[in-house]
Amino acid sequence: MKYNWNWGILFEDPYFGWLISGIQWTLMVSAIAWIIAFSLGSIVGVARTVDSRWARGLGTAYVEGFRNVPLLVQMFLWFYVVPELVPEDLGRWMKRDMPFPEATSAILCLGTYTASRVAEQVRAGIESIPRGQKAAGYAMGLTTFQVYRHLLVPVGYRIIVPPLTSEFLTIFKNSSLALTIGVAEVLFQARQIENYTFQGFEAFTAATLIYLVVTMIVVLIMGYVEQRARIPGYGVQREP
Amino acid sequence: MFAAPAEQKEGRGVNGYAYDSQERNEMFKKLAILSAALAIVGTTEAGAQDFYGALQKIKESGQIVIGHRESSVPFAYIGPDQKPVGYTMDLCMKIVDEIEKEIGVDSLDIKLVPVTPQTRIPLIANGNIQLECGSTTNTMTRQKQVDYAYTTFITGTKLLVKNASGIQEVEDLAGKAIALAQGTTNERAIKAAIEKFNVQDVKILNVKDHAEGFLALETDRVDAYSTDDILLYGLISKSKSPDEYAVVGRFLSFDPYAIMLPRDDSAMRLIANRTLADLFRSGEIEQIYDKWFTSPIPGSEPLNVPLSDTLRTNFQVHAFPG
Repeated sequence: MKYNWNWGILFEDPYFGWLISGIQWTLMVSAIAWIIAFSLGSIVGVARTVDSRWARGLGTAYVEGFRNVPLLVQMFLWFYVVPELVPEDLGRWMKRDMPFPEATSAILCLGTYTASRVAEQVRAGIESIPRGQKAAGYAMGLTTFQVYRHLLVPVGYRIIVPPLTSEFLTIFKNSSLALTIGVAEVLFQARQIENYTFQGFEAFTAATLIYLVVTMIVVLIMGYVEQRARIPGYGVQREP
Repeated sequence: MFAAPAEQKEGRGVNGYAYDSQERNEMFKKLAILSAALAIVGTTEAGAQDFYGALQKIKESGQIVIGHRESSVPFAYIGPDQKPVGYTMDLCMKIVDEIEKEIGVDSLDIKLVPVTPQTRIPLIANGNIQLECGSTTNTMTRQKQVDYAYTTFITGTKLLVKNASGIQEVEDLAGKAIALAQGTTNERAIKAAIEKFNVQDVKILNVKDHAEGFLALETDRVDAYSTDDILLYGLISKSKSPDEYAVVGRFLSFDPYAIMLPRDDSAMRLIANRTLADLFRSGEIEQIYDKWFTSPIPGSEPLNVPLSDTLRTNFQVHAFPG
């Protein structure tokens, strides 16, 4: 291959600064999207397990709607189509005056999409709890809210920490799709560096390493959480 | 118009194509020994030994891989029959004819690969495509990774706005939003102009290509889109309501377009330049120019951009004797 390697380019001004700013956008978009995904996903997940047929139906519709449309398509829908569907004044505000229109659209898109996946895991966690425990809660005189608040939700969450880790990792990686609507995250900056210097291989290697480091840190943190959250003696698990 | 392959195969690796000079010297030594041996045995097999780099790869595979743009009207864009057509595509096909003559093949298999501003340079650099046909500006920085044939068109950066916006020059962008395609020379030209003329509070939206930039302007997400003025006329001619848009302002950059080639491959560049010089010398270039810039073109209205004096001079300067 005819290619002039120049690794030093990554540490030159302004390219180094671009990468740092890319990392900041990636972390910010992913973190806020995760907060949305976790809260909304919890609500939808719980809704899919309650007795009310309406709540279950709405939860199912949400999950199937959001997880069955490709994320890239959803990015374009949030960014280009939603502002055209809402009333004209609001649409104009979304396109022009909304703070960081690209990042906001990306956060909403990632958050709502990942929420559908979190919801399924929350449901799986709650449904894995033996029926007897729920019955025992009612037998003690707890209301439905109290059964969820003190029994099903806390136990359910402690069961699903490992798959939630995967979702948390995925949201960082999926945030790279935000570049398609112009969010200046890590991959965007890598491409920008390539465009200015034509040192694309170095720039993409840097982006790869950045994603790896970020996700490894998440794995370490979640490994600690998993250890702390494990229910001793519950299910088939490795001896501590 | 030209033969496109029946099916688009996946891109191939770069094995067997590019060598650094040391490896190439090694290879030539081996080839020299081999051909000497063959000569002794009495065979007259010359063939592939005479070529190196892209030509060797083309000869061996019987296939040439051409990268083309998809929305650069009228240079290389997807025509009504879903095949890439345009001014640069026509020139590239002339070069393909010349390559066929050079390596003594009746007809090469032409594989067409769509490229974007971000992918075109790496694809040439890693040898996946052997010609890039679109609207690529020849810059010195890019020449560190790729090579160019003679200039085939000359243009510069201008602004595309809606008539109603009242924007006339880059200075009028203060407090407004503009879309720019990432990876283009225009992106840098506009950013430099904004800084130079100290235009305050300009919002920049990064878009992927011309189609997306125009969509952003059409839906009022931005007040202006910027690229080379000839492409802006192309976008207007393809839009639903051409009357609503205008190309405004002075030239903010000098953009000479050229067909992109692999670097360090003077045999390949010679064929491309010889083809172009022949067209320039014979005047055939003016017919090809008129076909795309002053007559109705597939899929849209005529652009009505007559041959400029600058471009005519450029053709004359590069009409080297054969």
